[in-house]
Amino acid sequence: MSATFLGIPPFPEAAEKAVNDSQLRHNLRKATHTIRDKRASVVGELHDDWQHLRSEGAAVKEHTLRHLDHYLEQLEESVQRAGGQVHWAADAAEANEIVTRLVKATGETDVVKVKSMATQEIELNEALAEAGITAYETDLAELIVQLGEDLPSHILVPAIHLGRSQIREIFLEQMAEWGVPAPPELTDDPKALAEAARVHLRERFLRTRTAISGANFAVADSGTLVVLESEGNGRMCLTLPETLISVVGIEKIVPTWSDLEVFMQLLPRSSTGERMNPYTSTWTGVTPGDGPQEFHLVLLDNGRTDVLADTVGRQALRCIRCSACLNTCPVYERTGGHAYGSVYPGPIGAILTPQLRGMSSEVDEALPYASSLCGACYEVCPVAIDIPEVLVHLREEVADSSGHLGEKALMAGAEAVLSSPRALGAVQRAAELGRNAVPRHLPGMVGAWTDTRDVPDVPAESFRQWWDKRGKERG
Amino acid sequence: MSSREQILARVRRALADVPADEPRTRAPGDGFADSHGVGPTLEVLEDRLHDYRALVRRVAPDRVAAEVAAALERRGAARVAVPAGVPQEWFAESSVELLRDSREEPVPVSGLDGVDGVVTGCSVAVAETGTIVLDGGPDQGRRVITLVPDYHLCVVRADQVVDGVPQAVRLLDPSLPLTWISGPSATSDIELDRVEGVHGPRTLEVLLVGSGD
Repeated sequence: MSATFLGIPPFPEAAEKAVNDSQLRHNLRKATHTIRDKRASVVGELHDDWQHLRSEGAAVKEHTLRHLDHYLEQLEESVQRAGGQVHWAADAAEANEIVTRLVKATGETDVVKVKSMATQEIELNEALAEAGITAYETDLAELIVQLGEDLPSHILVPAIHLGRSQIREIFLEQMAEWGVPAPPELTDDPKALAEAARVHLRERFLRTRTAISGANFAVADSGTLVVLESEGNGRMCLTLPETLISVVGIEKIVPTWSDLEVFMQLLPRSSTGERMNPYTSTWTGVTPGDGPQEFHLVLLDNGRTDVLADTVGRQALRCIRCSACLNTCPVYERTGGHAYGSVYPGPIGAILTPQLRGMSSEVDEALPYASSLCGACYEVCPVAIDIPEVLVHLREEVADSSGHLGEKALMAGAEAVLSSPRALGAVQRAAELGRNAVPRHLPGMVGAWTDTRDVPDVPAESFRQWWDKRGKERG
Repeated sequence: MSSREQILARVRRALADVPADEPRTRAPGDGFADSHGVGPTLEVLEDRLHDYRALVRRVAPDRVAAEVAAALERRGAARVAVPAGVPQEWFAESSVELLRDSREEPVPVSGLDGVDGVVTGCSVAVAETGTIVLDGGPDQGRRVITLVPDYHLCVVRADQVVDGVPQAVRLLDPSLPLTWISGPSATSDIELDRVEGVHGPRTLEVLLVGSGD
């Protein structure tokens, strides 16, 4: 029923296909530049204070991570005190099993969902489908992706790769299969498309009794969960149903309510480029007579503790999923999100995915190289994650791993030659003798390097030879 | 070992580099500003709300009832939902039918789906970001009543408006269910083009009461 990232080739291959798709390039360029400009304008408005907020945001997150055990226990206690139930999931399979069990206990076979990266990561919808439960995505972009049996390609705007006319076609062809059909006269005006989504989902919201969400923040001292959104689909899911299940990564914690003073400024300005997003909901356990009367919090590890154990890579867990790094990245702008082979694309995905999944595949080993190391991602990151630093760190890990014997042999050879003037001179003289025989395209393993480059001409003499000669001529 | 114990043990192992005596509490930083001095509070709020394409009117304290009546008439509203604790005097000059909602006697969702709008007060408003926060208080009601109707008329008193986000966070009680509203519902999911009005109220109208002096 839905697509998966399984089977997407490693980044270089997937990217080559993407950059040759001119419609995709056009859609991405337009969208990333629009949002980049909006962000720059609302961030600029805060002048020097932006950097103060950024340092404070980074400091809060770093402190939380360094005492994560303490804050997890505090959060659990606060949520339970407020009438919520807390579950712990070591991996995706366990989280899916817990959520499936909780939904089954309600007796429902339909659930509505608020856009959530954590549930995408664990492929919850697929797990629920296997148990006979249909999960309806309610965020407009997620709805487009679900109806189109497509994959998300952006953290904030999962359908960023699609243009309005493509979205119109998906609505016309697929909405009827899932519920209220699109009106036959539907145009590709974004207003008309948004209206079609409103009508399509309205009755579903009013009828469905179980909802699943993630959270942007979980506040340890008060036990409060926070969801930022724009459309009101989040409010519908968080308010109307009787049962609410929130799947939240263990890194989403902030210690105190007052920390939101910082993050409620950093996140909207960094993500949608707005001073504030239209709707934010916060809830603490259950409130008698208002909203869901049963609340479950599922705390998800799924590789996060492995990331935490790496003192350099750990900073990736500060991420608040704003997607500013995607929007500013010259690589993402050209390849789009699917090439990264994960629900977390772009620069943050290039450091988060391989760490979460453990660099166990060719896809994950290629990701730290999906960057020109230009550093634009670090500049815009609201919690100052030094993405280039982590990329280089992960490249080291890839290079140190068991494979890549050819490269290692070459590098060892280069080291031997370059550290000995005599050896270097000998190699240079040999190259000069054969300079007319060097092919434009190199054979074997190093051939890939010359796929897109010409082998440079070997000079008639080396610099050192020229220097010696010049010295002798001048006496 | 339960998953809880397993995860906590893994966290502790991962943090072996953190000195055992590193303090577990952290004083909130004061390196950032409470607000950004962008102009007179109420004018800024008005400007931001306009920016989100909300409707805004400045109202003298003795004109609230007249302006509520005028707003509902412009909207053509005949039946509106209100939280049970909303001040009676707001409706002294209007003839609309009021559907009172409370936690004890809730209006069913189907009923809310049929009303022409909802009228509430607010808890706090933030000028710089054009944000109105509802906390479920007597004049704000259950979260659902400001969500299902397509029109939300919100009465904001000048003394409820602060300049910046940090000031608002300090005034709010996290144990209450909060809804932060910044303009009508909107989406930018199609080509990053902002469109107002998806699932929440498509029209937000704010009556800003008093001069703020």
